[in-house]
Amino acid sequence: MPETLERSEVAARFAPGDRVRVLKAAPLGHVRTPWYIRGHEGVVERLCGAFPNPEELAYARTGEPRQPLYRVRFLQNQIWPEYAGREDDVIEIEIFQHWLEPL
Amino acid sequence: MSSDKDLGTYQPLTYYQMMEVSLRELLVEKGVISEAEVERAMGEIGARSPERGARMVARAWLDPAYKARMLADGSKAAEELGFEVPGLRLIVVENTPDTHNVIVCTLCSCYPRMLLGIPPEWYKSRNYRSRVVREPRAVLEEFGTAIPESMQIRVHDSTADMRYIVLPVRPAGTEKLSEDELVALVTRDSLIGVTIVTGEPAVPPTS
Repeated sequence: MPETLERSEVAARFAPGDRVRVLKAAPLGHVRTPWYIRGHEGVVERLCGAFPNPEELAYARTGEPRQPLYRVRFLQNQIWPEYAGREDDVIEIEIFQHWLEPL
Repeated sequence: MSSDKDLGTYQPLTYYQMMEVSLRELLVEKGVISEAEVERAMGEIGARSPERGARMVARAWLDPAYKARMLADGSKAAEELGFEVPGLRLIVVENTPDTHNVIVCTLCSCYPRMLLGIPPEWYKSRNYRSRVVREPRAVLEEFGTAIPESMQIRVHDSTADMRYIVLPVRPAGTEKLSEDELVALVTRDSLIGVTIVTGEPAVPPTS
């Protein structure tokens, strides 16, 4: 990593408990948002910190400014129509802020 | 690779093995790294085993203050026991009588290698990665783990910079065991969340 790299980060927009929707987008490249969760609504479980954007890092760029990363909680039966578990079974996924919109 | 080459007793290298050898030799030749450094790194990778995660769990079972620190900041709690978690953040998720946690990486095979070592083959398989997110109860049953309807399941998809281990429920009847005896009960699979910890000492896991 070059010593002159300037570290900067995007301010966090969301707080734990906020309701969010994952963007339903299909950009090319190295995306860390699973396909199966795009377009779904969930609740922010926690802010994990800010990390270099993997969509930039994968192409040898710096990943700056860092993007806030959240753990978002989704109800299983809202993701999989045929889900055969409890109503309150959940899946929790790390999602970068630029993939989330407020509800 | 052409089949007319005399490869002696060696198996032909796979594409990725060839890439690894070529890149390593170039880096050594250009003085970027040394063979000794590669050896050292390989040694460090080999030294990581699920016993590290098991040690954290046993400590948490015995020391409520450590458990609280571990749930608040897994990386710091790992470092407290001398296990480095460089570059990534460790999150410890706690099983309770009401909730069972299980870890997966659907995008590739992110795994808490610094605490559990090399991941088992099944963890990287398409079967596990695609199914445990949508039918966790069925997949856990295939591991011999029946999660009763009275319990909630939380699946954790490790998609970015976090890594996860499960803090299993301490089995009944282990109140008198020492930390080392407790460590021996905690299996790799229970740290991933596909099994629970029973009172039986762990047998070495198979891939």
